Amino acid sequence: MAAGDRTVLQFNSPSSAILSAKVHPLVIFNICDCYVRRPDQAERVIGTLLGSVLPDGTVDIRNSYAVPHTESAEQVALDIEYHHNMLVSHQKVNPKEVIVGWYSTGLGVTGGSALIQDFYSREVPNPIHLTVDTGFRNGEGTVKAFVSVNLSLGDRQLAAQFQEIPLDLCMVEAERVGFDILKKTAVDKLPNDLEGMEVTMGRLLALIDDVYKYVDDVVEGRVPADNNIGRFIAETVASLPKLSPPAFDKLMNDSLQDQLLLLYLSSIARTQLGLAEKLNTAAQIL
Amino acid sequence: MASSMARSFLQVAATEEVASPLRVVQIEGLVILKIIKHCKEFSPALVTGQLLGLDVGSVLEVTNCFPFPIREEDEEIEADGANYQLEMMRCLREVNVDNNTVGWYQSTILGSYQTVELIETFMNYQENIRRCVCIIYDPSRSNQGVLALKALKLSDSFMELYRANNFTGEKLREKNLSWVDIFEEIPIQVSNSALISAFMTELESDTPVKQCDYDRLQLSTKPYMERNVEFLIECMDDLSMEQQKFQFYHRSLSRQQAQQQAWLQKRRTENMARKAAGEEPLPEEDPSNPIFKPIPEPSRLESFLVTNQIANYCNQINGVAGQNFNRLYLMKSLHDN
Repeated sequence: MAAGDRTVLQFNSPSSAILSAKVHPLVIFNICDCYVRRPDQAERVIGTLLGSVLPDGTVDIRNSYAVPHTESAEQVALDIEYHHNMLVSHQKVNPKEVIVGWYSTGLGVTGGSALIQDFYSREVPNPIHLTVDTGFRNGEGTVKAFVSVNLSLGDRQLAAQFQEIPLDLCMVEAERVGFDILKKTAVDKLPNDLEGMEVTMGRLLALIDDVYKYVDDVVEGRVPADNNIGRFIAETVASLPKLSPPAFDKLMNDSLQDQLLLLYLSSIARTQLGLAEKLNTAAQIL
Repeated sequence: MASSMARSFLQVAATEEVASPLRVVQIEGLVILKIIKHCKEFSPALVTGQLLGLDVGSVLEVTNCFPFPIREEDEEIEADGANYQLEMMRCLREVNVDNNTVGWYQSTILGSYQTVELIETFMNYQENIRRCVCIIYDPSRSNQGVLALKALKLSDSFMELYRANNFTGEKLREKNLSWVDIFEEIPIQVSNSALISAFMTELESDTPVKQCDYDRLQLSTKPYMERNVEFLIECMDDLSMEQQKFQFYHRSLSRQQAQQQAWLQKRRTENMARKAAGEEPLPEEDPSNPIFKPIPEPSRLESFLVTNQIANYCNQINGVAGQNFNRLYLMKSLHDN
């Protein structure tokens, strides 16, 4: 890039410096559902993304809805009134969610997308464009996020380029609880508490086994030792509180007794209910 | 399950057109995520929303849902609420979402959802829709690592009684209805389209470290248990108040009976005296006398609901205590090693 009198092609970095985006799995579910339900003649689905911009610049995409559109070789027409209606309705429930961009299914970014991006940039300063590849063209489902970057030559604006930004799938704890169920196509019943416990404990056991195996391998020399990992493991093991066995036993027994007491209390309450029931309805009026 | 089959046999015998009873509710993963998100965002406030889907044979499919905005004052926003609903249904229809209302969902705190309002809402819905369910989600239990989602329906016999608004002891004994029979819980199945499950399997992080949900192994369940026991105590107080009402009713009834007997005796002796004197005997009843006015029996609905609540709390306490046992033993074995 020579300086001086020659005008240079400049890549302006996005003004608000959007670094990355986080998407909730609900959005992906929504998009897939809309794709499955699309009208027969449409090849792809377009919709609006709702969410918020976090103070550190990342965009948090939390919700979405589809917008009916018609597409032909040259032009794309979006139902703007529908878009506004849905936005108003959604904001009645959750006024904190604002438009942060739009999505479309299909792998790449097509010509028509630039027009839509333009439309959305009139609503929001820097809209994010999310593509969800439902066709699995690369052999896997890819979700990508783009921001538009202006290409300008000197003072004149030439075009806008879609630049990819890192995308992260983030899950809230409660969602992660049900995530296993949501993966499969059909689940016969929701797991109750104890089964969930079992699964978690199984996973913990597997993790501990892995660590054990790794340490064994390092000791026998099969795997080169990595100091960082070793230090990490040592720290973890050392973070177990050091209690003398009698103190620990007492602690545990006390907790066990508390739990047993609660169980007893609830059993008594149930017996009481049974009695009250009998007395109430079986009372004969003389 | 057996009782619902017995009832369906009765229905078959009674009516020509058979409506197969609801056996299972099939929910899409999308709906579950939406419900979780909505309830969690607004917790601890209670929120509601509408369920949309299809009614197919003995399975009720729920394919989509939308949340209701929180209503501040009821007067002006009454029309607004209806408008919002119509608007949402219309918009969803345009993107080919099933437009049928099949029920509603609501969030709850610690499982305290059995109220008269729930029953009333059920009756309102039942007038328009043949089959509807209510899905209850408990965000506070999900912090313990359990997906606390339940599908409820009012049992038919209870609905008939409610319409007649008659909850006296005799009627209940007739129908053999106890507090267990008010709500029926229906098992939930989850279904997902193949596309979504492909995506999710893809996008899930592969490292097992992230996969492990540590929240479930937390030892500190004390605040949750404490609140549960607090609610249990309050409910017990309510129950004892209801019992006192019944005691009072029985006592006043027996007192009235004694008064009636005394009055009847007096009348009889009077009549004997009159017969001896040769006059007409007076009638043995006197409806204008306040002693004969029947005392209304208090409705048992409240006590049933309270009993249901208590049972719920007890179940929850049992569940969490069971989990705690597991955790404690796990900790013990880890410590020994």
